[in-house]
This record gives sequence, structure tokens and C-alpha cells, in this order.
Amino acid sequence: MKFKSRTFDQAHTVLALRELSVNLAGRPDIAPILDRISLDIRAGETACLVGESGSGKSVTSLAVMGLLPPDALEVTGGGIKLGERDLRAMSSPDLRRLRGRRMAMIFQEPMTALNPVMRVGDQIDEVLRVHTDLSPRDREAKVLDMLEQVQLPDIKRMFRSYPHQLSGGQRQRIMIAMALVLEPELLIADEPTTALDVTTQGQILKLIADLQERHGTAVLFITHDMGVVAEIADTVHVMQHGRIVESAPVEQLLRAPKEAYTTQLLKSVPSLVPRRVREATHTENVLDVRAMTKVYGGGGLIFRSEGTRAANEVSLSVARGRTLGIVGESGSGKSTVARCIMRLVDPTDGEIRVVGTDIARLSRGKLRPHRRHIQIVFQDPFRSLNPRWTVGRSLVEGPLNFGTDRSEAMKHAGDLMELVGLPRDALDRYPHQFSGGQRQRIAIARAVAMQPDVLVADEAVSALDVSIQAQVLELLADIQEKLGVAILFITHDLRVAAQICDDVVVMQHGNVVEYGSAPEVLADPKHDYTRALIAAAPGREWDFANFRPLEQSA
Amino acid sequence: MLGYIFRRIIAIIPVMVIVAVFVFLLLRLTPGDPAAILAGDNATPEQLERIRNRLGLADPLHIQFINWIDQLLRGDLGTSLISGTDVSAMIGSRIWPTINIGVMTIIISVLLAVPMGVLAAWRHRSWVDYLVMTFSVLGFSIPVFVIGYIFIQIFSIELRALPIQGYRAPSEDFIGFLQRAILPSLTLATIYVALIARMTRASMLEVLGEDYIRTARAKCVRENLVLFRHALRNASVPIMTIIGTGFALLISGVVVTESVFNIPGIGRLTVDAILARDYPVIQAMILLTAGIYVLVNLIIDISYTLIDPRIRY
Repeated sequence: MKFKSRTFDQAHTVLALRELSVNLAGRPDIAPILDRISLDIRAGETACLVGESGSGKSVTSLAVMGLLPPDALEVTGGGIKLGERDLRAMSSPDLRRLRGRRMAMIFQEPMTALNPVMRVGDQIDEVLRVHTDLSPRDREAKVLDMLEQVQLPDIKRMFRSYPHQLSGGQRQRIMIAMALVLEPELLIADEPTTALDVTTQGQILKLIADLQERHGTAVLFITHDMGVVAEIADTVHVMQHGRIVESAPVEQLLRAPKEAYTTQLLKSVPSLVPRRVREATHTENVLDVRAMTKVYGGGGLIFRSEGTRAANEVSLSVARGRTLGIVGESGSGKSTVARCIMRLVDPTDGEIRVVGTDIARLSRGKLRPHRRHIQIVFQDPFRSLNPRWTVGRSLVEGPLNFGTDRSEAMKHAGDLMELVGLPRDALDRYPHQFSGGQRQRIAIARAVAMQPDVLVADEAVSALDVSIQAQVLELLADIQEKLGVAILFITHDLRVAAQICDDVVVMQHGNVVEYGSAPEVLADPKHDYTRALIAAAPGREWDFANFRPLEQSA
Repeated sequence: MLGYIFRRIIAIIPVMVIVAVFVFLLLRLTPGDPAAILAGDNATPEQLERIRNRLGLADPLHIQFINWIDQLLRGDLGTSLISGTDVSAMIGSRIWPTINIGVMTIIISVLLAVPMGVLAAWRHRSWVDYLVMTFSVLGFSIPVFVIGYIFIQIFSIELRALPIQGYRAPSEDFIGFLQRAILPSLTLATIYVALIARMTRASMLEVLGEDYIRTARAKCVRENLVLFRHALRNASVPIMTIIGTGFALLISGVVVTESVFNIPGIGRLTVDAILARDYPVIQAMILLTAGIYVLVNLIIDISYTLIDPRIRY
């Protein structure tokens, strides 16, 4: 692993935070959101702010930009200096002029951060219109030059495109162009690659690094991903509960973390090295998918259109007590496969055998008794539980539908709560009274309440912080051991797949490109696409949990 | 796109057929006899019978219906049972006052309601917001005719600033038209403003929470441009929808408003026709308003594509 290990002793300080505190507006009595944080970023330096959700990373960036929601949060102490200027002492019109010109920001979601009804060229142009007196012709030339710099193809057409006509990576390039068109001294990037596919992520990280080098920009990079940190950071600041608990050059931090929290954070990063192979205890396949195809669209009365092949002749099988991972990037068809297997959408062709019965063509009515054999856990625990139902009601709904007696179902629900590590008496509470990780535990309890043979986990840990993620993965393994359920685990994250799967299916453009045991596929990939995926995984040469580089194994 | 418009226009036909059947049956099933109204109080049963035969009201229902549809297909709306004049001529002479006041109402409503809604959303939970919401509740709950009489009391009787009633064609006397049309338009606009302001506020509140608004602020776009250039256009699809569906309110409001302000428009024509059981006029009026309603909503649907590039038919 090669770290950036540059020295910045000569470089001038671009951003200096001194004892910066942010509170809930009008509530000085309760604990601050940001508690006296201090950091320096020098010209050309990339400082990474890492931490779990709620640690105050984003609040820090918004405070610097002066974009804190005015009625909710306010800066209550400390100083923010950009170069020689003290931002807290400035009037708001002066501050506005600075924003965009001297400091700019890119956001996490390129899908929503651009205005959907304006052409992207105009949105970049708007920055120039607001901040400069350039003529329309000069502005357009500058925008086109910027589009060129962020390496977009066919820039004349890009200029006139609307956001929805571009891919996620292209949109993030537009955001970067917008942020850098005035060559700001400071660029704040708030999780800019989190919503992107891993190969696109690699390209965007490289682009930011290139542009940073060319313009000497100071970058404040916010992320929760230690892999990304290892790739790009010069300096790392670890945040927890609104405080910076540790600051160090990247290599020092990864090799010898001083604080317990940093150590714990690094230890929960799942390793890319597949876990040891488990002996198969059962040979009976509880899920058997044969040549399943799903075509979206198509049809048309007179002119038959081709349609989109979201899944093309997919075959896979899972034995009782085993875990099969489906990995791939967005649009690879992995979620389509999951939805077909759940019969949430109807497959166009092929067989889906669940415990021996082909359910691919069953009518809704005939399907009903088979539903309990196969249950799903969704990605977002904040939206998958009915917010107006108590947890207990959500847990017993399925069993009641299948004729279980209410008191027995409630008793079983209590057992399930204990199974997923929550107190039995929490059954009367509502979902909002639980944290994200706890809600995902409830979602898992709900799925296993039906005593299914197959559990489908669709990106079930992707929305969780790493430490919570590790706990939920452990819980899934534990439940599998106790109940012998087969798990179909859908994920874009190779690290997670390496830690939980016995077998792995790699999908691209609706096709299965590689299928084998996890050690084979992940340690010795045969297909180019699998190799590209693994190569793009950030920080792949570093063994975070053991604070050392990975030994060259293959 | 053209194909879509064509399909939508074709789809108007079944709607109109259903409306035609429904209106025809409804009128025949409601009590009341146009012949009795025509003949007056002292008519003998023989006179009544003669009038019924002359007007074709003695025929069986399905024959009457076929005759009417046959007329319609030839572009003939029929003649009034009461006055004997051509229905298309009657409507033609009465429709302009209604259209003029209707258009003025929509312009006033949008000009008032959209800024009100935007302001309320921008200053969410401030006194501006509460003021707009209070007005909106009042606008919904006070009946149209009460508002009309209040306006007359204040502006015409107390202040003597405007004529009480009547109508002038804008082509003859534009100032006179404005003087007489402003109160009816404001009266009609009240409920419409309430509706559109509420929708604008709700839609803007949602859009103002979007990431691209934060992006615009990060670029330090001026706040009025953030609101009107970035947010309003994104918020306008639901607003357009409510303007279209609210059109029905306008049509029913016209009937009352024209009576209050004594305007010779189609609203009053309809009321008079209903009171006299003048079947051909009522049928023509209902078909006409149904047709206008469907067309307005088609235009609204098409306007979505101009507002939002993601919408394509």
C-alpha cells in the first residue's frame, strides 16, 4: 500500500477551525452538536473527516460553508478562518460572495444535488454569472473548458443535457466542474462517492486528486469509508459525538491508532480476504433457480420492441444453512433477481424452485402458502417498518396471516426479539424509538418470524455504519447457525461479501459472469469484470483490522 | 408527443358520449315539464298534449335521444323549447362575458396565489405563513355569493369606487369592462386563490428541502432566484394540476357570480334554462362545460412537458 505521505510544512494554511462549537438553535442547555473542534488544512492537502453517522462530519462542513439550517443549528463559539479572513466576523453578503468563489462544496447524492429542470451547462454557468462579470461567450468557453477538465465525453452535448440524461458518475463530474470552475482555495467534498459504483468511485477519486494537484486546492473530504481514506488522505481526523478524537497523518493512523475509538473503527472494517471455508452440513437445495430471465418493457401491440433484459438466464442454488452472495454494480440485475425470487415481480422465463416447488408461474392465490418459505430484509431500515405500528404488531402480522394463535404469536415474537439481541418488552415500542441498527435487527426478526427456509437480504447492511454493520453480519451468521436458514445476500460491497458468503455470484448487465465458492471468486477471479471490481475496491492492499498491509497471497 | 395528443383527443369522445347519455337521462328523470311551463297556469290537458307533440316530448325516450344525437352529429345543438331560438346562437351571444371574466379570474388568481404560496413556504411557520393559511381557510369556507355581496357593499356602496352590477364588452369600452369585471373576478378568484396558494406552499415546502436547493445556495445564488428560478419550476407540476382540477370550481362559481353581479354570461343562461326545464339548452351547456374541462386538463398535461424535461409522453 502506497500512502500519500507528503509534507505540507511549506504550504500556507487555507482553512483553520479553532474550537468551533455548534448547538441546536436556542438550546445552549443540551449537549452541543459540535464540541470545540479544531483542525487545519493547508494548500494542496487532503484532510479526511471520518466517523459514523451522527458524529458531526456533515455539520462541520455546513458550518464552514455557512449553510447550517438557520432555525435549527447555530455556531456558538470558536473561529473559522479561510486564509486570513475570519468567516465568523463577516457580514452575510460578504460571506455569500466568498461561497462558491473561495470555497465550494460537492455533495453525496449526484442524483439529487442537481436541479432536474435546468440544463447542466446552465447550472455551471450560473456560478460564473453570480460571481464574475464575464461576457456570455467567455462564460460558455470557461464552462466547456471545465467540462473538458472533468473528462466528460462530447462536451457540447453535455452542456445542453438535463441531469436525468446523465449517469451517476457523469453527474458527479458535473458537480465537480461546478465546484471547481472558479478555482476555489478550499473544496469540501461530503461523501462524494458513497452513492457511486465502485469502479466509478475509483475514477471520481482520481479525478478529484488530479484536479487538486493541478490547482493546488485544499480538500476537506468527508467519508465513512476507511478504504477511501487509505487511498486519498494526507491527514485524517476521526470524529465521534461531535468531537475530533484523533488526528494524524494517514499512515500513522492506520498503523498505530492511539485512541480506542479509532482502533474499534478500524477493527470493524470487513476484510477483503474471504473467511475460512465452512463445511457444508446439508446437501438439500432449498432454493434452485434455473435459467431465469426477466425482461422489462418490450411488447407493444404493433411494433414489438426489444425491452431490457434485467436478468438473463440466471441459474443459482443455495443449500440449507449456506449463504450465497450476489455481487455487482448498480444495473447489474442483482436486485431484479432478488425481486423475482420473492415474486415481487414476475419472471419472464425460467424456474424458481423453493423447497422443491416451482413458484415462477404460480398465480397470486396459489403462491400464498409458499410465501412463508422465503422472506426478505430490505436495505433501508428507516422505511421498511410501518412507523405507526408497534414492533410487536409488525412481528406477528405474518404468523397471524398464516393462522397462528395471537397469544402464541406474541410469545414467539418475544423470543425473536431476544434472538436478535433486543429486550422482550420492547415489543410495545414504535420503530422511531430504535436506532438504525436496532431497526435492521427488528426487520430480520420479522423475516425469520415466518420460519422461512430462505432469507433474502437485499443490501441489508449497506445503510449501516461499519461497527453496526459488523454486529448485524454477526447476527445473521448466528441466526443461520441456530435456524439453519439459507441466506441469499445481495450486496455491492465485496468486503461484506467476503465476510459472510460461502458462494458468490458476480453479475454484470443481467448476466452471471462468475459463480463459485467465495475464496475462488474473490481471491482468484477468472473473469475480467470480477478482477476489475476487486481492483477498484479502495484500500484493498491494507488489512485495516490488523493495522498492516495485506500479505501478497496470490 | 403528437401521437400522445392525438390519442388524448380521441379519448375525449367516449367521455363526451357518457356525459351526453347521463345528462339526457338525468333531465328526463327529474320532475318538471317544459310543456307545462310554456303553456302557463291556465292550459287545458289538450293544449299541453299539443305542445308536447310539437316539441317532440311525447316520443319514447330512446327516439328522443337518437334524434338529439343525430342533430348533434350534424353540428346542430337544437332550438330552445322556450324561446324557439337557435341554441348555438344563444350560447354564442352569452359566452364572451363568461370567458372574459374567467380568464381574468385565472390571471388574478395565479398572480396572487403563487407568490403567496412561495412566501408562506419560504417563511415557513412565521406570521406570513399563518396569514396565508388563515386566508386560505377563509377562502374555502365563505360561500361565493357572500363574498360577492361583501365586495359590492365595500367597493360599490360604501366607497362608490365601482359600478354595482352589469357588464361591458372590452372591445367597446375597455375601462368600463375592467370596472365592472374586477369585482366578479375577485369574487370568483377567492376560492381559487385559497386552493392554489395552499398547493404552492405545500409543493414549495417539499422542493425547498431538496438537495439541489442546497447546491444553489452553496453556489450563493441570490435567495429570490433560488426561490423563483430553482424551486418554483420544480414545484410547479402539482400547482398546474390543481389549477386544472380547480377549473371545475370556477365553472360552478360562474353560475353564482353572474347572478350576483347581473352579468349576461352562460352561467345565468344555464340557471334560467334549468328553471324553465329548457332541455336542449341545458344539455348543450353541460356538454360544453364538460368539453372545456377535458380540454383544459389536456392542455395542463401537455404543459408538464414544458415544465419538466423528465416528463415525456
